[in-house]
Amino acid sequence: MKLFTSTKTFQGGVHPAEYKELSENLSFEIMPNPKQVILPLAQHIGKPSNPLVKKGDDVKAGQIIAEADGFISVPIHSSVSGKVKKISIEITPSGFPKDSIIIDAADSNEIELQQPLNPDTVNPEEIQARVKWAGIVGQGGAAFPTFVKITPQPNQKIDAIILNGCECEPYLTRDYRFMIERTEEVIEGLRLIMKSLGVGKGYIGIEDNKPEAIKKLKEVAENYDNIEVEVLETKYPQGAEKMLIKAILNREVPPGKLPLDVGAVIQNIGTALAVYDAVVKGEPQITAALTVSGNGIKEPKNLIVRIGTPIADVIEYCGGITEDASKVVIGGPMMGVAQFDFSAPVTKATSGILVLTKVEKNLQEETTCLRCGKCIEVCPLGLIPTKLSRFTQLDRLEDAESYNISVCMECGSCTFTCPANIPLVQWIRLGKQRVIAIQRERKSA
Amino acid sequence: MTTTTTENPVYKLELASSPHLHSRWNTKQAMWLVVLALLPAVISAVIFFGFYQLLIITVAIGFAVGTEAVIKLIRKQKVTITDGSGIITGLLLALILPPDFNLAFTALGSIVAIGLGKEIFGGLGFNIFNPALVGRAFLQAAFPVPMTTWTKPNFTEVDSITTATPLSAFKFDSVATELSSMFIGNIGGSIGETSAIAILLGGLFLIFAGVVNYRVPAAMVIGAVIFGGVFWLIDPALYPNPLFHLTAGGFLFGALFMATDWVTSPMTLKGMWIFGLGISLVLIIIRLFGGLPEGVMYAILFMNAFVPLINRYTRPRVFGEVK
Repeated sequence: MKLFTSTKTFQGGVHPAEYKELSENLSFEIMPNPKQVILPLAQHIGKPSNPLVKKGDDVKAGQIIAEADGFISVPIHSSVSGKVKKISIEITPSGFPKDSIIIDAADSNEIELQQPLNPDTVNPEEIQARVKWAGIVGQGGAAFPTFVKITPQPNQKIDAIILNGCECEPYLTRDYRFMIERTEEVIEGLRLIMKSLGVGKGYIGIEDNKPEAIKKLKEVAENYDNIEVEVLETKYPQGAEKMLIKAILNREVPPGKLPLDVGAVIQNIGTALAVYDAVVKGEPQITAALTVSGNGIKEPKNLIVRIGTPIADVIEYCGGITEDASKVVIGGPMMGVAQFDFSAPVTKATSGILVLTKVEKNLQEETTCLRCGKCIEVCPLGLIPTKLSRFTQLDRLEDAESYNISVCMECGSCTFTCPANIPLVQWIRLGKQRVIAIQRERKSA
Repeated sequence: MTTTTTENPVYKLELASSPHLHSRWNTKQAMWLVVLALLPAVISAVIFFGFYQLLIITVAIGFAVGTEAVIKLIRKQKVTITDGSGIITGLLLALILPPDFNLAFTALGSIVAIGLGKEIFGGLGFNIFNPALVGRAFLQAAFPVPMTTWTKPNFTEVDSITTATPLSAFKFDSVATELSSMFIGNIGGSIGETSAIAILLGGLFLIFAGVVNYRVPAAMVIGAVIFGGVFWLIDPALYPNPLFHLTAGGFLFGALFMATDWVTSPMTLKGMWIFGLGISLVLIIIRLFGGLPEGVMYAILFMNAFVPLINRYTRPRVFGEVK
């Protein structure tokens, strides 16, 4: 029986099987440090960081080894103590090789920390400076530098901070574990962000399939009259920024605009905790919390690992993959990236490593479009996926543009639901890139 | 434990972009659910009109599937008869023919339904008109007399006796049929269209299974009640009450199995409402003022033609866009 049910939600969406039972009752485990870490200089949106070390240098865990380059950029800290082996181009989970610092780890668990700050007396500037130093990026997937989001800009009116506790992707349970194991700290992190932005109202959006976390959050939130726990319908993609704002504030972010434009800032649960750890404990972002799950992994776990740990090490730590494993994905199964090289490292925004089998994926033979309209019914953004996909196939990019292809957020609900098994969002992704390229050309011409 | 693990060739993994999961839906399964949902209507046909109807159904399905296979072979395309759509077309066509219909004509109807209704447009997914209705429209034009000769439902006698359908009885003789008979199905009418209860059983199953979008049948019911109701209120003696419209002729069968055909109905949610209301409007006009007693077939075919236009003008509002 469901303890909490909610009808607060958005239009459209899908209900994939959750598979959360594989890992939801497993407490976080701290994985031993790897022998080597690979730290890409671009783990965030914005300019890649500038390396401050060279081959042969001794580094300590927590030491800044690359500095932020420009405003939208973050510093990178060494996640282990050891020696810089080299700086070279290495594969990353995005599939693209990028400049990375490789460090051979020494046998040490020491971390260089900053002075802890008192959360009750800290001022906004101190919070921003500390978050900037800690190199925190958003953990919801986009990896946008967090200090930029929590620093008030002129002419910007924000009246709500929303913590995203939906975790609407199947399998992933790390935010759920955070909300259960570190409830007070999550809310403390939210309060620090509210303080930094000078915003009086905070929300935690959570789907009604997580009764235990809702109960715990509500108990703590009761102590603050400006923080509300909003229980939302369990539906993918409830955790998408636009959908979350719609469900909680009933505001719609217009196409091409940001949550900021409707007065809201969204932060991931993990990001709020990273802010808390940076301010109150003086820790830089050198660990990532992951759900390692899927029917293709022998021992599903919720893990804390050092950033830069190769995927192969994590998989090995979880007992390896099964015979019938057929795909390894970084992130969630709906929007994550399939991996072809297990040497790619865990980065700041990694939230999960999934090993899927053929049975779970349930991919079937593609047929022609039957015009059933299911993709239109589930599209949370009001698009016509089947047309966008067809336009891309036929190279009718003007039509794709006029049907708002660039609005698509690639949540994959259409492909998931399509009875004809057409890879709709995959085509749309391609068309979107082409249309954006044309738009850019038009602008520069 | 270093990067060399990666060269390990043991893993045979797939690479594809997200999403990495798929729902339970696939074309074949949806088609077979429709076939399953038609079984109550088939059973009612046997009960009211006898086992001969199974022969008609078999011939209709056989020729539909055969025609599809032959055309696919001629066009050197993959033979897709296992997707079940040809079977559905044949079955639907059989169920809307008069009982004891000529088998040769049935075969001809199936050939036309698949050939002219579906394959000429490029096959499943590309046709504009409901294939089964195209087949029936052809038979109606080619063999008007056998197409309007209705066997009286009979449980015991071998010789068939002809009867009127509730619609023609009302139209030409001003005789009203008991609604309870129309609900159960022991009335004159097409093979699978007489028993409202059997049709509802299958139709509701499809709605709950998620194959049929409830909007089209709902819009048709609302439309028939409104448009039929207006005339009934004007003159209850001259025009039948709306409930009669809902249970008479091919209304329910059309609403649940014909108008809801994925390929030939609108894709947008708003479009589905317009489509359903349009069918009912045309239907009521034909039934009350046309030369024919029944108009479901023509009403649906007529509205099929508007589907591309409806789709175009009922694009959903893009999220966040102010109109």
